[in-house]
Amino acid sequence: MPQTNFVDYEKFFDCVHCGLCLSFCPTYVELGTEMDSPRGRIATMRSLHEGKFPLDAEVVRHLDLCLGCRACETACPSGVHYGELIESARSFIEEQYRRPLLDRLKRWTIDKVFPNPLGVRVFASMLKLGSALGLSRLARSDKLPQQLRSWFSMVPERGSVSSATLLEHYPAIGEKRYTVAVLSGCVMPALFGATNEATVKVLRHNGCEVVVPKAQGCCGALLLHNGNKPDGLARARQTIDVFNGLNVDALIINAAGCGAMMKEYGELFKDDPVYREKAQRVAAKVKDVTEFLGGIPLIPPSREVKKSVTYHDACHLAHGQNVRSQPRALLRAIPGLQIMELQESDWCCGSAGTYNLTEPAMARRLLDKKMANIEATEAELVVMGNPGCLMQIRAGLQQRGLSIKAVHTVDLLAEAYEG
Amino acid sequence: MDTAFIAQLAAIVGPDGVVSNKTALSVYDCDGYTLEKSTPDLVVLPRSTGEVVAVVKLLHKEKIAFVPRGAGTGLSGGCLPVEAPVMIGTSRMNKILHIDLVNRYMVAQAGVVNLWVSNAVKSQGFQYAPDPSSQQACTIGGNVAENSGGPHTLKYGVTTNHVLGVELVLPDGEVVQLGGVVDDVLGYDLRGITIGAEGTFGIVTQATLRLTRQPQAYRTFLVVFETVPQATQTVSDVIAAGIIPAALEMMDNLMIQAVEAAFHVGFPTDAGAVLIIELDGLEAGLDPQTKKIMAICERNAAREVRLAQDEAERTALWKSRKRAIGAAGRLAPNYCTQDGVVPRTKVPDILAAIARISEKYQLRIGNVFHAGDGNIHPILLFDERNTEETERVLKAGREILQACVDLGGSLTGEHGIGVEKMGQMSLIFTPEDMLAMTQVRAVFNPENRCNPHKIFPTPHGCIDTRVPRRQASL
Ligand SMILES: Cc1cc2nc3c(=O)[nH]c(=O)nc-3n(C[C@H](O)[C@H](O)[C@H](O)COP(=O)(O)OP(=O)(O)OC[C@H]3O[C@@H](n4cnc5c(N)ncnc54)[C@H](O)[C@@H]3O)c2cc1C
Ligand code: SF4
Ligand code: SF4
Repeated sequence: MPQTNFVDYEKFFDCVHCGLCLSFCPTYVELGTEMDSPRGRIATMRSLHEGKFPLDAEVVRHLDLCLGCRACETACPSGVHYGELIESARSFIEEQYRRPLLDRLKRWTIDKVFPNPLGVRVFASMLKLGSALGLSRLARSDKLPQQLRSWFSMVPERGSVSSATLLEHYPAIGEKRYTVAVLSGCVMPALFGATNEATVKVLRHNGCEVVVPKAQGCCGALLLHNGNKPDGLARARQTIDVFNGLNVDALIINAAGCGAMMKEYGELFKDDPVYREKAQRVAAKVKDVTEFLGGIPLIPPSREVKKSVTYHDACHLAHGQNVRSQPRALLRAIPGLQIMELQESDWCCGSAGTYNLTEPAMARRLLDKKMANIEATEAELVVMGNPGCLMQIRAGLQQRGLSIKAVHTVDLLAEAYEG
Repeated sequence: MDTAFIAQLAAIVGPDGVVSNKTALSVYDCDGYTLEKSTPDLVVLPRSTGEVVAVVKLLHKEKIAFVPRGAGTGLSGGCLPVEAPVMIGTSRMNKILHIDLVNRYMVAQAGVVNLWVSNAVKSQGFQYAPDPSSQQACTIGGNVAENSGGPHTLKYGVTTNHVLGVELVLPDGEVVQLGGVVDDVLGYDLRGITIGAEGTFGIVTQATLRLTRQPQAYRTFLVVFETVPQATQTVSDVIAAGIIPAALEMMDNLMIQAVEAAFHVGFPTDAGAVLIIELDGLEAGLDPQTKKIMAICERNAAREVRLAQDEAERTALWKSRKRAIGAAGRLAPNYCTQDGVVPRTKVPDILAAIARISEKYQLRIGNVFHAGDGNIHPILLFDERNTEETERVLKAGREILQACVDLGGSLTGEHGIGVEKMGQMSLIFTPEDMLAMTQVRAVFNPENRCNPHKIFPTPHGCIDTRVPRRQASL
């Protein structure tokens, strides 16, 4: 079999086969199979690269099952760039492998809907219609089969979806300290409009003048995670062009998946003479909203929020960007808030971008585990920094009929600033 | 393997508990020791003692040899299948079954990860003392097989001092309980010889683990030296002063560089060596000992003594130490970790010998090890694509072990003999010694069907060349 070259071969040698990552990998701990561990997947990808294996259903199965949560990168002492390896392998699979029809259809739909503002709006309106009709209750109906119930559980509870389009410019509240740009995102405006508004509010209260370029679209993260490299790179280039010219202190992201990807723009375009430098410049400005707020002298919020909360670490924040302490510190800055510890807080909830749509069975197992841990905290709110996790965890809470609410970290902060 | 046999196994452990696809199996071809590889024909993943018994009985009936595997973090090829077609993995046997804090023990399945044990009782002030550097991944079953130690072995002992009892499935499927929840043993200590048998007696399915109180307080130092001899002299002086630290670890310049590149903890990359010294116990007793240690460090011209100021700093220091071997992966495409022991007064001599061997074979060798008990871990850096260099690594490794033996030491401190060091057993044991030991094994494993061709060189002769199913990774 010929050698394939989907990634820089040297990268495989970062892995020294020590196995220290195993117990951090959700799919390995669930299944116990070495093929579904980081070490096993790296070995599989290497053999694929060396042309020792054919690209067959077995190989694809184990690589598909990877959440891309990058918990293995946190665990690995040897500095393996796992995210890069798996994404390259995925785009290789999409180019070279013919999936069964149903699978192809599912993936095609995801590819078309999510990064496309119109697609997201249509999807969002469907969810909202469902929500208005109270379809979310069907998720708890025991008359429906499990598979249908889990679909209905994706329909948000009444009032939990909001769309909002941001203005292009907001002045700072009080003395101006920074100028920042905000990525409004592709999914966020349609489904989490209020969270986008909260992001702007919190930044303004901290002396930020906020610009939101109109021309922006999807950053490419979802497409690239799914192995759709051509379309993903195109989106990424657009995003780079939009933000490159701006003279700002930081480019603020409130969706962990987007932030993690945008920080890697430099690496992504390292062989592209036209985009290399622009990509590096933009990547260097990217900051998660909590990372940015955690790094400046905070103007603390003054309103009391008398609630008990717990914090869930989104994979692409904790493992992808090593942002863990900042959001917790921000929560501690809110007067009156009672914070409970969440066991296995950085264990993937199963959302993982569109994983819950492509691999529902494993996603469900991980969601069950997350739900049990959340319930055990007895908190009223569970707080996190990623829209994907919010949808997944809200679905889980709904399906179990729990009264706990899931909110974004900035939603809670905005409440503490403005009530 | 024929499909009827696979179906029989699947009937026991479920279809998803049998791995038979060739591509899938290939990821089971080695553990943390990557110089030799061999792929099993089947992997079976039971969930309970009952399932293990049923699987082993079937293998017994069919006269098929098998090899147990935990997390595959072993460093001597212990779970490499050598003329053992079936691998039995404990990765799904990962439940803690019972915790009794009043009587201070826990019963855990063999596949439970070492660190999970301490994590489960941490909030109540307890711990499981053996802390191998691989503890975030290695399993209790693997620890029992290798009698694993760790940095805190110096004060607290190794696995055998903390495992009260084991449940063992013999190669014919019989289940035996060795030891129990109390310390006193009547008759021969069969639990004792099972711990450290490297999986050649049968499959451990459960273990009863001793839980101990977390120390009330710690003092953890990072001590920086210009030269390796200054550091080793400090180690000798601390021990000679009658102080038993909880841990006494050393890292040389190459490893300091690897760790700093990986974790940015602020190790001085120009230092010749650093020591990590930890004292623990009652708060009241620690300050006088701290003073003594400070004085010894000063006498040996320590450049700097940093005391961890809080639990976070202490954790960061240990995290970097425990992941140091893995961090060596940043220095070269491959590495081979050696494991030998010398009397602790001979640490300076063995380090000098390693430096000579490094020179002779033109290899970079880093050292990070349990200095307090003379357990050295030279880390030989290489690139497996360079066959000639790989040869030199094998030779240098053997020479280091020979040097340990010459200094009155031994072949392995904690990683076991596995397949890696079978050839060197004759440096220490006579053929009669080895025969006696295989007779002990035969009491448990008479047909040698559980983990064959390990520890003792077999009549096949040198396993390197003659065992047909096994090839070096090159
Ligand atoms: C980075 C790194 C650091 C390390 N640091 C240390 C250290 O500080 N101290 C130390 O002692 N070791 C250390 N090791 C070696 C290794 O982690 C230990 O030997 C560990 O106990 C192996 O556990 P495992 O679950 O990975 O077992 P495996 O590697 O899967 O197996 C090891 C042996 O145990 C047998 N076995 C496994 N499970 C069972 C069972 N249930 N019943 C019977 N036999 C079984 C196997 O057949 C094999 O012979 C380190 C390894 C690495 C990679
Ligand atoms: S990915 Fe890292 S932690 Fe996992 S086996 Fe490879 S080197 Fe070890
Ligand atoms: S990214 Fe997550 S699921 Fe994939 S191998 Fe790493 S830890 Fe496992």
